[in-house]
Amino acid sequence: MSLHKLTLIDLQRKFAAGEVTATEIVRAYSLRISQVEPKVKAFVTQTREAACEQAEALDRKLKGWRKTMPLSGMPLAVKDNICTDGVPTTCSSRMLQNFVPPYDATVISKLRAQDYLLLGKTNLDEFAMGSSTENSAFGPSRNPWNLQCVPGGSSGGSAAAVAAEECVAALGSDTGGSIRQPAAFCGVVGLKPTYGLVSRYGLVAFASSLDQIGPITKNVSDAAFLLGAIAGHDPLDSTSIDRPVPDYLKALQKRDLKRLRVGVPVEFFTEGLDPEVDRTVRSAIEELSHLGAEVKEIRLPRTDAAVAVYYVVATAEASSNLARFDGVKFGFRAKETKDLLDLYIKTRQEGFGPEVKRRIMLGTYVLSAGYYDAYYGKAQAVRTLVCQDFEAAFKEVDVIVTPTTPTPAFKLGEKSEDPLQMYLSDIFTISVNLAGLPAISLPCGFSRAGLPIGLQLIGRAFEEETVLRAAHAYEQSTQWYHQKPILR
Amino acid sequence: MEITQQDVEKVAQLARLAVTSAEKDTFAKQLSQILTHVDKLNQCDTTGVEPTATVMGQVNVFREDVIRPSLPSGKALANAPECEADGFVVPKILEER
Repeated sequence: MSLHKLTLIDLQRKFAAGEVTATEIVRAYSLRISQVEPKVKAFVTQTREAACEQAEALDRKLKGWRKTMPLSGMPLAVKDNICTDGVPTTCSSRMLQNFVPPYDATVISKLRAQDYLLLGKTNLDEFAMGSSTENSAFGPSRNPWNLQCVPGGSSGGSAAAVAAEECVAALGSDTGGSIRQPAAFCGVVGLKPTYGLVSRYGLVAFASSLDQIGPITKNVSDAAFLLGAIAGHDPLDSTSIDRPVPDYLKALQKRDLKRLRVGVPVEFFTEGLDPEVDRTVRSAIEELSHLGAEVKEIRLPRTDAAVAVYYVVATAEASSNLARFDGVKFGFRAKETKDLLDLYIKTRQEGFGPEVKRRIMLGTYVLSAGYYDAYYGKAQAVRTLVCQDFEAAFKEVDVIVTPTTPTPAFKLGEKSEDPLQMYLSDIFTISVNLAGLPAISLPCGFSRAGLPIGLQLIGRAFEEETVLRAAHAYEQSTQWYHQKPILR
Repeated sequence: MEITQQDVEKVAQLARLAVTSAEKDTFAKQLSQILTHVDKLNQCDTTGVEPTATVMGQVNVFREDVIRPSLPSGKALANAPECEADGFVVPKILEER
């Protein structure tokens, strides 16, 4: 069996047992990348050569006494808004096209300490703002299931790379659905952890109260495995929470879902939901019930308002976070400017793409004198109500199940001219970030056109184990993840 | 909420962005459309509701003030668009009289 077809856990077992060398792993993936990357365009920067050298060094190190760590020799891809020391981190923006971070994000330090292998940095919507990768300054990535379709976004490159088996697993970041939506569109597993579980140090900030880094993998066990490697308190991120990291893989051992109460929010199954998605997700819910879960209807009345809250809160935070890009300390600087103000304005005008500008403008507007209370203050108050809806629901149920997206992957160009339509496609994922909860997307079937459909499971804060266990039980009884796109 | 081209101009100035006249028109239309959607928030009664800025309820996170290794200046300056000796170079800020 070709090495690129293995899951993370299977590859890890083979490597730990000495059945395969790190060099062989990198060679296999390098070959795979050269075969499919011209079609998929998942990467902004490839680091195959450096990975090859690292692999050779690792093999030499392990020659005498074979003692590996969980991610030793594992070929991963990382979203290009996560800082990697010495490897360009562009955020798919002209602004950071030549930026080479002088330090590693905490998640990268953790992976590096385990001798992981970085195959490259993956494409995203510029500064993680978007749902399709079409906002990348370097061109969109493609959906491996249909190259005319978007892979989703903003972590579209990471999801496409995993689906096309160009890496064994990847890291993404999720501010309003940016891990789960591309995972759903590409037929892979994506997990957004509880806010504060994974350090944000070294993640280029978009909306700091919503951003989380998480795994994108071939199956649920791999997600549990990779989450365990990146989770944990970090003094360098003051919003990271100091609590022990459980053994997430252990949580998967229980296969039935007896006594698990699963809530189905009626607000998610209304007009605008594609009939095929509706049907597929409902049959997935039936399967959960066959596995012993107790399924009941619940209400999340502010689902509709959540999109409005999100586009006020996220853009307000973004307008503040992106103020640092001024052409002075790092990143792009415009040429031929007459004074400092002109330098700022020209740099930002030429360095940012249209969607980033739109969001900075929107965020600046809602924070400006005269509109602050009406927009930002109001949105923060409604955010409280969104959180309260979840609290009330989680008194009755342990897990909430929904479609990840209202439709399967859309065509390239279909929504790029209409920002509001693009924003509304995030309706099922956004409220989870506003409440800081953990949620996973996993495949639950296909549309007639052969596009994957994603199932979302949401849990209480820090109850990743419950979410993973339910997802794993469903996955094992249905085995959708064995289906792979055909890339000729 | 209706956003005019003048609003766009003012916001662009606050955000240190420049907008062409074509962009002014597009942004005015798009921002109006988005803010009209945002006006839905007014359907939610928030009387007496506390605002949420962050969800985990942390207030201040303190740590000991100990000296740790930091980036050497050469490495910190490596990404600068323009630098000289140990500093960043920017256009002159103060005008001579």
